[in-house]
Amino acid sequence: MTERSGSASGPAHKTLEIGMALLIGVFGLVVIFGSLKAGINWGAEGPRAGFFPFYIGAAIVVASAINLWHAQRDDDGRLFAEWGQLRQVMSVVVPTAIYVGSMPFIGLYIASMVFIAWFMRWLGGYRWLTVVAVAVGMPVLTYLIFERWFLVPLPKGPLEEWLGL
Amino acid sequence: MEELANLFHGFAVALQPYNIMLMIIGITLGVIIGVLPGLGGANGVAILLPLTFSMPPTSAIIMLSCIYWGALFGGAITSILFNIPGEPWSVATTFDGYPMAQQGKPGEALTAAFTSSFVGALFAVIMITLVAPLVAGFALRFGPAEKFAVYFLAFCSFVGLSKEPPFKTIAAMMMGFALAAVGLDSITGQLRLTFGVTELLNGFDFLIAVIGLFGIGEILLTMEEGLAFRGGNASINLRVVLQTWRELPAYWMTSLRSCLIGCWMGVTPAGATPASFMSYGIAKRLSRRGNNFGKGEIEGVIAPETAAHAAGTSALLPMLSLGVPGSPTAAVLLGGLLIWGLQPGPMLFVEQKEFVWGLIASMYLGNLAGLIVVLTCVPIFAAILRVPFGIIAPLILVLCAIGAYSVHNSTFDVMLMLVFGVLGYLLKKCNYPLAPLVLAIVLGDKAEEAFRQSLLGSQGSLGIFFSNGLVSTIMALGLVALFWSAIQEGYSRLRTSMA
Repeated sequence: MTERSGSASGPAHKTLEIGMALLIGVFGLVVIFGSLKAGINWGAEGPRAGFFPFYIGAAIVVASAINLWHAQRDDDGRLFAEWGQLRQVMSVVVPTAIYVGSMPFIGLYIASMVFIAWFMRWLGGYRWLTVVAVAVGMPVLTYLIFERWFLVPLPKGPLEEWLGL
Repeated sequence: MEELANLFHGFAVALQPYNIMLMIIGITLGVIIGVLPGLGGANGVAILLPLTFSMPPTSAIIMLSCIYWGALFGGAITSILFNIPGEPWSVATTFDGYPMAQQGKPGEALTAAFTSSFVGALFAVIMITLVAPLVAGFALRFGPAEKFAVYFLAFCSFVGLSKEPPFKTIAAMMMGFALAAVGLDSITGQLRLTFGVTELLNGFDFLIAVIGLFGIGEILLTMEEGLAFRGGNASINLRVVLQTWRELPAYWMTSLRSCLIGCWMGVTPAGATPASFMSYGIAKRLSRRGNNFGKGEIEGVIAPETAAHAAGTSALLPMLSLGVPGSPTAAVLLGGLLIWGLQPGPMLFVEQKEFVWGLIASMYLGNLAGLIVVLTCVPIFAAILRVPFGIIAPLILVLCAIGAYSVHNSTFDVMLMLVFGVLGYLLKKCNYPLAPLVLAIVLGDKAEEAFRQSLLGSQGSLGIFFSNGLVSTIMALGLVALFWSAIQEGYSRLRTSMA
């Protein structure tokens, strides 16, 4: 659904509204299903584990149905966002996903250095000197504050092990 | 009169140079913790608890409680300047504080927030000093039905008072309740809604949700509009402070009402977060400029900040006098008492007078010190704003990841944070309110427990929620709040048909 709004194009707001209502509705159904598995009636110790979540799930489904009906009814032809804007958003989401996904393997420090450097260089367009200073400085500062001062252990990878940190 | 003598003795304890030094250190650390997303008051205090083992208990509690006050102050700074609530109780402060900062009035917003926090805390400390035994005795009568009624009221206020469509509010809130229900059921010890995923055994932590929904979601929204960061420019100087202070007395009614709401919600275990929302909602309804709320109204900063700080402070009242913590941070402090070898409860007032009254006196002094520290240190935070978004965005993302990881030392939580971030972006774009979702995750377990315990007592009859005057009144107020927009619409229709 790419339509209207002059020269700019992108997904219609209505499509996203309907999608969101459906997504939340499905989530409600999953909650109901899970509650039924846990038992929604009264057991020897009173209401069973699924008792409360079952009604929560039911409320989600009902509320989403009404939201879906509202979304279906009013269509003002608004765009959700332009494709260019969504590309901007994805240019943060995708690298962050890679950053987060690589953390268990290479540790937080190395992942953060690469991530900060990438972000500053490609999205911010900074000089390499500035990039390196921040990308190295921040993890080092993090190490001192969190591991040394607050004694919070953060995930480490092979390099830190090799350095004996 | 004996209390007064005890209090003066407490001041003598708190004013020892060593304790004053700990007070300043605690406040400064607290503000930093409050500003960093994910390092909240509760886990900030928990992380620093081991450092206090070697200190005398009175000094230790003074430092830890000052971290708590600092975190309460600090949460407002990021809310106003970045639209990222550092703490759940400062979510309501973003509604008007952030627009004010964008209109070039961050100094006014910050001064109003800090001063209101101080007023709220002062009111609560005076209440603790004077009426502690009375209020504690009243809250002692609360059964599960009354507890549930208080939660019911807080959540219904959301539906009736938020500016989003009511069914979107309900959908968001119920999602929060469902997420809170995932994991081990605290009453039956049974697993539910985990679908065999071991990482979900302990359920969803609200801190992860907060970091994702607000921290990551906000960065994604900003990216959509290009790299121009929308944070206002902060300039706070003596002139702005004095000018704002001259304006504030005009809102004495809002302040007083917010103090009362805060104390009530703090003493009953509802806590600072619902107190700030409820106070904001009621101020919005009652203010002559209510339609302007959400667009940068100073009253919209005063109301939630006063209530949050009053609630956060008065949450220590049941912890000290009954051994029942009124907030997660109070629960961590309670753990500290046990480690230092003190037994929380009424006997504390008899056996550990120096400890109790030293703490109470330090609350007066700590909040005064906090006000001075935050008012003078804001230029440092203003400096953060002048750093371009291309640098600050990856740093915030890394800090969010660190915060999410350090809650449970789990990389799974970091991934969850990103999922919440994307979800937060989509929900916000589709006009779903995020605050009730987060609040429901926080209070879901407690609300469910109160609900099920009440039903156990009544053999499944819902009549228990209307079984006495107190619980019926709270429930009725909740129902009025729930249908508030419908009631208002009906009333205005009636008036037009009469005219």
